[in-house]
Amino acid sequence: MLFFSKRPTVKSLLSVKPFVVFPLLALSSQAFAKSSEVVAGEAQRWGMNMPQGVTATSHEIYDLHMLIFMICVWIGVVVFGVMFYSMIMHRKSAGAVPSKFHESTLVELAWTIIPAIILVAMAVPATSTLIKIYDTSDADIDIKVVGYQWKWQYEYLGEEVSFFSNLTTPQDEIYGRVPKGEHYLLEVDEPVVIPINKKVRFLITANDVIHAWWVPALAVKRDAIPGYINDVWTIVDEPGIYRGQCAELCGKAHGFMPIVVHAMEEVDYQQWLDTKKVEAEELKLAMSQSFSMDDLYARGEKVYQTNCVACHGPAGAGGVGPSLIGSSITTGPMNGHLSLMINGVQGSAMQAFGEQLNNIDMAAVITYKRNAWGNNMGDMLQPVDVLNHKRSL
Amino acid sequence: MGDHGPAQGFGRWLFTTNHKDIGSMYLWFSFAMFLMGGVFALVIRAELFQPGLQLVEPEFFNQMTTMHGLVMVFGAVMPAFVGLANWLIPMMVGAPDMALPRMNNWSFWILPFAFALLTSTLFMEGGGPNFGWTFYAPLSTTYAPPSVTYFIFAVHIMGASSIMGSINIIATILNMRAPGMTLMKMPLFVWTWLITAYLLIAVMPVLAGCVTMMLMDIHFGTSFFNAAGGGDPVLFQHVFWFFGHPEVYIMILPAFGIVSAIIPTFARKPLFGYASMVYATASIAFLSFIVWAHHMFTVGMPIAGELFFMYATMLIAVPTGVKVFNWITTMFRGSMSFETPMLFSIAFVILFTIGGFSGLMLAIAPADFQYHDTYFVVAHFHYVLVPGAIFSIFAAVYYWLPKWCGNMYDERLGKAHFWLSFVGLNVTFFPMHFVGLAGMPRRIPDYALQFADFNQIASMGAFLFGFSQVFFLFIVIKTIRGGKQATDEVWESPEGLEWTIPSPAPYHTFTTPPAVK
Repeated sequence: MLFFSKRPTVKSLLSVKPFVVFPLLALSSQAFAKSSEVVAGEAQRWGMNMPQGVTATSHEIYDLHMLIFMICVWIGVVVFGVMFYSMIMHRKSAGAVPSKFHESTLVELAWTIIPAIILVAMAVPATSTLIKIYDTSDADIDIKVVGYQWKWQYEYLGEEVSFFSNLTTPQDEIYGRVPKGEHYLLEVDEPVVIPINKKVRFLITANDVIHAWWVPALAVKRDAIPGYINDVWTIVDEPGIYRGQCAELCGKAHGFMPIVVHAMEEVDYQQWLDTKKVEAEELKLAMSQSFSMDDLYARGEKVYQTNCVACHGPAGAGGVGPSLIGSSITTGPMNGHLSLMINGVQGSAMQAFGEQLNNIDMAAVITYKRNAWGNNMGDMLQPVDVLNHKRSL
Repeated sequence: MGDHGPAQGFGRWLFTTNHKDIGSMYLWFSFAMFLMGGVFALVIRAELFQPGLQLVEPEFFNQMTTMHGLVMVFGAVMPAFVGLANWLIPMMVGAPDMALPRMNNWSFWILPFAFALLTSTLFMEGGGPNFGWTFYAPLSTTYAPPSVTYFIFAVHIMGASSIMGSINIIATILNMRAPGMTLMKMPLFVWTWLITAYLLIAVMPVLAGCVTMMLMDIHFGTSFFNAAGGGDPVLFQHVFWFFGHPEVYIMILPAFGIVSAIIPTFARKPLFGYASMVYATASIAFLSFIVWAHHMFTVGMPIAGELFFMYATMLIAVPTGVKVFNWITTMFRGSMSFETPMLFSIAFVILFTIGGFSGLMLAIAPADFQYHDTYFVVAHFHYVLVPGAIFSIFAAVYYWLPKWCGNMYDERLGKAHFWLSFVGLNVTFFPMHFVGLAGMPRRIPDYALQFADFNQIASMGAFLFGFSQVFFLFIVIKTIRGGKQATDEVWESPEGLEWTIPSPAPYHTFTTPPAVK
């Protein structure tokens, strides 16, 4: 705490920083500054520092970062100052005559001990911050976070609410066929929702390879590792939408599995949670119902666009994955198609969707694939068929 | 034996046991790998020039980041230092050749095969390695492309080459020094290589064990790194980084030795604190074994582990600082001139120190939660490796090339190469600090819009830096083919036995050991 009682000092140091580090850039971006809005826009565009974030932890980490940074800058100023001084003053072309000195135990001792003391001064606040970060006790809400190739699943423990969160940026934006939106690559279909001013604990794990769950504004980053459950916590101060990305290389679409956290007032959160619970109930009921071909086809198309399109292409013609048009699976026996969807293909990018899609979505997407793009199999699958098939495995 | 010349034709290179021939082959091989790894880097930077996917698909992008790392680490930097060791260590300690010349031939000649194997994976079905140069399991085992087996075999061969090279270097230094050359009289390049060689012998077998466990997991049904079979993906990271952290010092300690030779020559003043340089190098080597988990602050280690690895890592700043202070004090009140080797060495000291600062920031575990796996890390390790390892190699080539080939390089061209590289490197890597802090993860083929401007600048810098190295190739070839005759001393009273022999260095040197006072 020693170093954090005077936060303004650290902040005032911050304002010096761009001028120390990158004077030309700072000047040129000032030249653009016509109004405060432009300044804000430019600051976002040329964002060059760690965000201060919206939690006590993120503020502490930011201060720690700036403290260490400024210590480094001042050491740099002194060390490089001496260096440039001798490069200017002790040039042969300026007639400098070399001295002969080449050792001094006293000097060596001094520049061993002084840095060691500075390091201790750095270690004290770092240790205190770390101890706070590691205190995951007494959480108000537990959310299990599971990394999949390439999406996140959120499960509100004890609430029966669970959903996947997929990238919604369209392929057309990624491939430059249409202009990119404001939150390009940082937008999802269902953000994880948390209340503000509550201690939310995230229990992080993964289903396939290692991922990492990272939201800069919360200063939370933790690896999602198969077979491990890591816990981290956050208390968000202000409502808002906070965006992050997977931070551990996890395969092809590593750059395409963002994280969006929607922090809201406690009452709004409760309302959202109740709606989700009702939805879950409705879904349970719907599992036993039968759907028409048109309903399944329409729903299946949506499921396809979210889950399958990255590998099999928007028109089923393939890409990384094989083409689905007239393939032995999509135009083969229904049971084989269903088994493959549930279990995936070992050793390939084809995942086991049995756990990822609910029975309705599974039935719908299979029905869609068997009837889209001229496959015209004419058959369809009901959620209850999926259930029976899973039971028979 | 003294007038015994090299054999004729290709056989000279294939069967040679001469340390100078083998050194040259290492250096040429390393430069070829440097260009190849550079092309991979330019593919990455071209794709990242603007947001969106333009040139390559993500799966190929991942192969490029992986191959860039592997080729630069194992193909460019390490063989370049072994090449310099081959050329210089016998001449510096007054030995006629390396202690184990035939093994020397072997340790070079298996390298081209290792890299042929590694690069061939790019043309295989499923593509080459795409899991990053750190190849974390299970992405590199259960989820890897089939070519991973070739990758494993290639890594084994590279490891064997490195181990043989290190045994040779240790045997040479410990047994073949000229009479009177006590350990504490050895040039620092010899000292740093002696310590580096021990690091290599200690950690290369660990890497071999690591990839062998991968091989078992992939083909023989074991579950070392597979959680579903009772294994542990985090074990992989511990084993990998127990190799990986000393590995980064393997790539920088010889650089320390080079700079410690060059700065005194051009400051016309003896190196300040020789003994403390030796002790600092040894301390860094020791510390390199107990800091590995700072690469893993976010895996969820217990707090005691986090604290230990944080403190140990911060401690490395002390001996590293000692080295920097010694170099600067060597320059202080000297009589400096700024020929190309000196320019590269000065840039080394400044930019490596900047990389050290960001390293210190990364050591702070709570702050690392924000930095980890972002472009801030990419900026950090490129600042220690490019102006660190690579610049020191350039400095060494300019400094000793006249001794090797007998001709002076063109000073104006050398300086032009320096400034192009210097500007290119800073324009490439400095903005990466900013995008990293602002939240851009590493190893992504596409990024959110707020990172666009700095990425564009970085890409332009990368192409400038890349093409400057073709210019370097031109300068070296031009120097070998002709130029002003170099004197035996080459520079103004440089220290060391290598300057007492003629330029170019005869095919066999020190067949009778020199007397060292």
